[in-house]
Amino acid sequence: MTDRTSVTITVNGISLTGLAEPRMLLADFLRDELRLTGTHVGCEHGVCGACTVIVDGVAVRSCLMFAVQADGAEIRTIEGLATDGEMHPLQKLFAKHRALQCGFCTPGMLMTAIDLVDSTDDLTEEDIRVGMSAALCRCTGYEGIVNAVAEYAGKVHGKEGVR
Amino acid sequence: MKPALFSHLVPTTVQEALEMMGDHAAEARVLAGGQSLVPMMNFRLARPSVLVDLNRIPDLSYIDDRGDYLAVGAMTRERAIENSALVRDACPLVYDATLNIAHLPIRSRGTIGGSISNADPAAEYPATMLALDAVMIAKSGRGERSIPAAEFFEGVLSTTLNSDEILTEIRVPKAPADSGAAFVEICRRHGDFALAGVGAQVTMDGDSVAAVQLAACGVGPGPVRLTEAEAVLRDNSLTNEILSQAEQAASAQVDPDGDAHASAAYRRKLAGVMTKRAVQQAAGRAGGGV
Repeated sequence: MTDRTSVTITVNGISLTGLAEPRMLLADFLRDELRLTGTHVGCEHGVCGACTVIVDGVAVRSCLMFAVQADGAEIRTIEGLATDGEMHPLQKLFAKHRALQCGFCTPGMLMTAIDLVDSTDDLTEEDIRVGMSAALCRCTGYEGIVNAVAEYAGKVHGKEGVR
Repeated sequence: MKPALFSHLVPTTVQEALEMMGDHAAEARVLAGGQSLVPMMNFRLARPSVLVDLNRIPDLSYIDDRGDYLAVGAMTRERAIENSALVRDACPLVYDATLNIAHLPIRSRGTIGGSISNADPAAEYPATMLALDAVMIAKSGRGERSIPAAEFFEGVLSTTLNSDEILTEIRVPKAPADSGAAFVEICRRHGDFALAGVGAQVTMDGDSVAAVQLAACGVGPGPVRLTEAEAVLRDNSLTNEILSQAEQAASAQVDPDGDAHASAAYRRKLAGVMTKRAVQQAAGRAGGGV
């Protein structure tokens, strides 16, 4: 029960190994074991979305998954978005649209939005509002967030913007 | 908070999982998608000492066309169901219900079997299965049982599954050709558990209701088949008068509790309003796709 087992995951393209008790949540493994503290832990019961990461291509709550369950998985976290010191296009759009204030929710917002936009090519503004309701912002800056995601969806899918 | 200690068992076949459940029936919980069980464990409202984790059993994830019904493996993710053209065409009420479940990142992990076995009174799938007369296939080391939805749900978070049994498959009858389906619900925020929701599948014969299947969530200790409203609607045209009689029949049949989110009287009212809306939407879609 308290035995720690070896867990190897590919995080942002790099294979990393750490030790985890079965009960260690993936969010805590990323933060405390792999020292990737960009993934934030908010409510720990799947409501706030701050801990959202992309596991094997889909956004999931890393507080509702045990680290041992992710052994062998490919995971994308906030740390993997920028390349060569250049912000990811969605990060730039969050800055442009003032889509963050305190920033606590932002890692989860970005990972949620990337999965939402990547998995659907004809998003409406309503779809974006529904999709982004998976992540809570308590600074209440949703308007900027929706605008940033809408512009990003337009870029990714080669359109002027969303319907 | 963090979960209490547990032993993590990871079967890779159904047979292996059944043996583990046989060995640890008293203290084991099945871990499916974990979107309800893990929050309960994080809060230590649940402290199973053994978890039998089904996530590494590929054989439990499938959507098969079996002629007059769809067979869905218990570990099929809600997101796979949402993306299945087969489900959308053959069982549109299941598709519509899925869109009402929580949020995309939850549906990435959440499974149909997990939601049904967990039997949260506010969850969409139990009501959907009750409305559609789905059949649950439960396995244990002792054999296999087919359990009709009407005999599966017992009460709050309670089913007729035995402690050594695992729900492995859900068989959902296909919708009739001239039918339409709709799942509607009211929640405080999109993605929250429903204060009240109703799933409807309606088959029309001209202007008249040839068949209707209705069930509600969030308004009782388990899903409620709205037999009284069904009786009002059957063989009738959907006039305002018939619809409001169905609304009243649904409100009268349910017996909700009040809580911090909504009073019992408000939930009772909602059960009727959701019934009317679901029937209207389903009838509008009858013969015309989703």
